[in-house]
Amino acid sequence: MFTDSWNLMNTSLKKSQWTTAHGRLPSAFRLLPSALCLVPSAFRLLPSAFCLLLSGCAGVQSSLDPAGPQADHIARIWWLMLFILSAIFVIVMALLALATWRRRASADNETELILKPEAGGESRMSTLVTTGVVITVFVLFILLISSFLTGRSLHSLAASNPQPLTIDITGQQWWWQVKYENDMPSQMVTTANEIHIPVGRIVQFKLKSNDVIHSFWVPNLHGKTDLIPGHVAATWIRADRPGIYRGQCAEFCGHQHAHMAFTVVVETEEQFKHWYDAQLLAAAQPANTQLARGQQVFMTSTCIMCHRIQGTDAGGAVGPDLTHVASRLTIAAGTLANTRDNLANWILDSQAIKPGNRMPPNPLNTEDLSALLDYLQSLK
Amino acid sequence: MRFSYYISIVVAFSVLLVSCKREERGFRVQPPAARAANSQTLTDLQPGASTSPAGIRNDFEENAYALSEGKRLYSAYNCNGCHAQGGGGMGPPLMDERWIYGGKPEQVYSTIVEGRPNGMPSFRQKVPEFQVWQLAAYVRSMSGQSPKDAAPSRDDHLQGKQPESQTKPLPVKESKQ
Repeated sequence: MFTDSWNLMNTSLKKSQWTTAHGRLPSAFRLLPSALCLVPSAFRLLPSAFCLLLSGCAGVQSSLDPAGPQADHIARIWWLMLFILSAIFVIVMALLALATWRRRASADNETELILKPEAGGESRMSTLVTTGVVITVFVLFILLISSFLTGRSLHSLAASNPQPLTIDITGQQWWWQVKYENDMPSQMVTTANEIHIPVGRIVQFKLKSNDVIHSFWVPNLHGKTDLIPGHVAATWIRADRPGIYRGQCAEFCGHQHAHMAFTVVVETEEQFKHWYDAQLLAAAQPANTQLARGQQVFMTSTCIMCHRIQGTDAGGAVGPDLTHVASRLTIAAGTLANTRDNLANWILDSQAIKPGNRMPPNPLNTEDLSALLDYLQSLK
Repeated sequence: MRFSYYISIVVAFSVLLVSCKREERGFRVQPPAARAANSQTLTDLQPGASTSPAGIRNDFEENAYALSEGKRLYSAYNCNGCHAQGGGGMGPPLMDERWIYGGKPEQVYSTIVEGRPNGMPSFRQKVPEFQVWQLAAYVRSMSGQSPKDAAPSRDDHLQGKQPESQTKPLPVKESKQ
């Protein structure tokens, strides 16, 4: 099921990237000849062209496809601003065109070009300016009040539930540590680059950073919040639509900033409970000699210095927790799908995939590598 | 006259370019020669006249990125667990001029890779070779053995001592414990 949804996510991402980045121009060019031949039908094409533009808005990483109240508030003010500002743009352009056209009409007579005080011109001018100022202030007030109301409703989620599900997010160069808070230490879950949350429940994120400033952004759920070293920032979300959404670091943080992504899986309360209970368990003991060898490779090589596998000697806190690495959708902070090939390439030479990342190349021999991969893939 | 004027400009610019090496970021770098491990003796007692092996040059000591990586790894691999931020604790201090097992780059390298009696673990196979060299470079920069312009100039935590870039070079003295 997870691979399916990952593929789905990937294809829809690709689709949306295609329409936004590469698709629009060529298709507009393709439309051009037909539009020239049949001018009236070009007008009929307009609505569909507009829909084509909007198709880039839906997807797993889009502010215009809100899946919760916070993103909804943001999307509303976005549309409001788009419409008001577009209207202003159109009106200003129309007035400009009108002014240009009117001047042209009377420019034949040279003497008319010299400015002469017209009778009653001054009072007409001041009426126009006053009207302009009043309209401008009025429109600015609409935007001011609506952004104030948006800010207040974004905050209301925080105040509405005193005991939300609390998740600690620690930004690292270039991945995300995810820790579910609980009063009982044995009930705390640590994972990386993948956040599971139950649908309809208010979630509080406590945001920290271990190195530089990062920014936590899941466009479908909320706006951005910065992670600042030495400071705990908080943000609240509620997801109302199950699904898989993509989050991304939104503050430049070094070499691999662009590859510092994560996945938010919104699922039903039962699915979440099921996932959470599975994550609480220590890693499964190797069931056969191949897996035991894989575990041994892990424990006797560089892996153990940085990664943690609960229930074994590996307790490093420098890299992502690998206790249930096989259950995740992606590896390398949303960079690669979690497949055996990708994992192998990542272990052997991650510097070819994400240059500058903190994981050193690991020249393992074929047998050790395949045992290690078997072991890592058994960590469900 | 004109000609020598241009020449001097070119020379001045190439001198500037030399300093670029300091900021070079190698992600898949070839570490210095691996013969380091056998290059040091644990005793002064030798048959005949004493021989001292030729030193190994650790280029990382002049590279700002390698030094700052060494500094990051110093905490990541928990060196500070025993050596603190250079002042020592369970382990000996690293910011002074006393080196129990030698203070040359290759000697620091062997100490990290092989471990030493009374507590220093061996990090053989656990820390990749290039990272050991980065660590060795950083450890030596603690007593001012790195050029001022390449050594780290700030800390992410409270620290009593001055940053490595402000440390006056101390003589490297070998002292058996």
